Amino acid sequence: MIAVLDYGIGNLRSAEKALQFVGADARLVTDANTARRADGVVLPGVGAFGACALALGAHGLDEVVVEAVSAGKPTLAVCVGMQLLFDSSEESPGVAGLGILPGRVRRLPPGVRRPQMQWNLVTPVGSAPGQLVEKEEWFYFVHGYVAQPDEASDVAATCDYGGTMAAAVSRGTLFATQFHPEKSGNAGLALLERFARTCAS
Amino acid sequence: MQAVRIIPCLDIDGGRVVKGVNYLDLRDAGDPVELAKAYSRAGADELVILDITATPDGRDTTLAVVARAAEEVFIPLTVGGGIRNRADARRLLRAGADKISVNSAAVERPALLAELAEEFGTQCVVLAVDVKRSVLDGDAREHGCPRFEVVTHGGRRRTGVDALEWTSGASQRGAGELLVTSMDRDGTESGYDLELLAAIASATELPLVASGGVGNLEHLAAGFLEGGADGLLAASIFHFGRHSIADARSYLASRGVPVRP
Repeated sequence: MIAVLDYGIGNLRSAEKALQFVGADARLVTDANTARRADGVVLPGVGAFGACALALGAHGLDEVVVEAVSAGKPTLAVCVGMQLLFDSSEESPGVAGLGILPGRVRRLPPGVRRPQMQWNLVTPVGSAPGQLVEKEEWFYFVHGYVAQPDEASDVAATCDYGGTMAAAVSRGTLFATQFHPEKSGNAGLALLERFARTCAS
Repeated sequence: MQAVRIIPCLDIDGGRVVKGVNYLDLRDAGDPVELAKAYSRAGADELVILDITATPDGRDTTLAVVARAAEEVFIPLTVGGGIRNRADARRLLRAGADKISVNSAAVERPALLAELAEEFGTQCVVLAVDVKRSVLDGDAREHGCPRFEVVTHGGRRRTGVDALEWTSGASQRGAGELLVTSMDRDGTESGYDLELLAAIASATELPLVASGGVGNLEHLAAGFLEGGADGLLAASIFHFGRHSIADARSYLASRGVPVRP
């Protein structure tokens, strides 16, 4: 079973439905102990960094993510879920992220439409662990802030939007995308299917 | 890179697509879910569903449509029409909408935008703005009325609100995207109001979706090249099978408009 962490924010149904569509046994999970028993964990996120971080903690699901990553359980974080993996965000000063990956989340640079709300071409960084972006492909983005990893080795894929940015990061069995695979048509469904396979193996 | 979005729009009433649809081999051409699936398969970048139903029963039907679409359509879905408060928005988002479009209710009570942004995030708050030019047009300013005026209730009600002021302040109020419809052009197939779009595009950093008036593929291209919009919404040219999404994509690319291949 893949636990899609449900901490009361936004539209989580699409992440659950997209995983189910590719044949995964995905369920929205609010209870930390149920999530601990899952074969894989999905950390979605929409809205503000601070609101998401606080809600995740209030549900006791922050620890579930930290434990899953350190135990080597397949974990996929999406959009603000990816941003939560880092130390902090300019969007919500004073609110701590999970600190799993070193780095900060910053506002997108001026000179481009903010938020980025479009499909963009994503280029994989070949050597990234657990690479779920197999080739250059288009994915759908909606975000006004973007993670800046301290460690270049954490970057799994990039795209160009007012400069090169981290479109995906990874470390061990943790993979995270700034884009929304559940909203990226066939390319996104294929990525989710690859993730579901790693959970099943 | 920047990539302009091609966005078919479905008007639905009581759970059925209102404007006729006679393209593609659909089992039920009036079923918005069938049509949403077809557009998704054809490569649309996003979909907009506008609920033009006037009754509470109809609203429930829309919820059911959104829930069914969310089972099978995996591209972004914006839903608008009749959303007046957080509870309305919450129901649609839970059913599977990705973005909520508000129009009249935000004009009547601008704080609605901040309320929606606070609970759901600015990325799901679309400010839809229906605009009419003043009858005085170029001379409007001299007479103390806005040249581009926000209208509500399907264009029947003038508000006195200046569309440029309303849209340039939208980001601070909590909107994450603008959907601007020229009510002068809507249904005329004479092209977007490019002057209106360009004025709004230069005064906001929000993504801007152009709407109202598309009758051919050059109108789409002009929406980006002259209007500065990065989302190109159209209904009838797609519904009536005059052009496919693929036609639009290759035409836009040939005109130098950046699109997803």
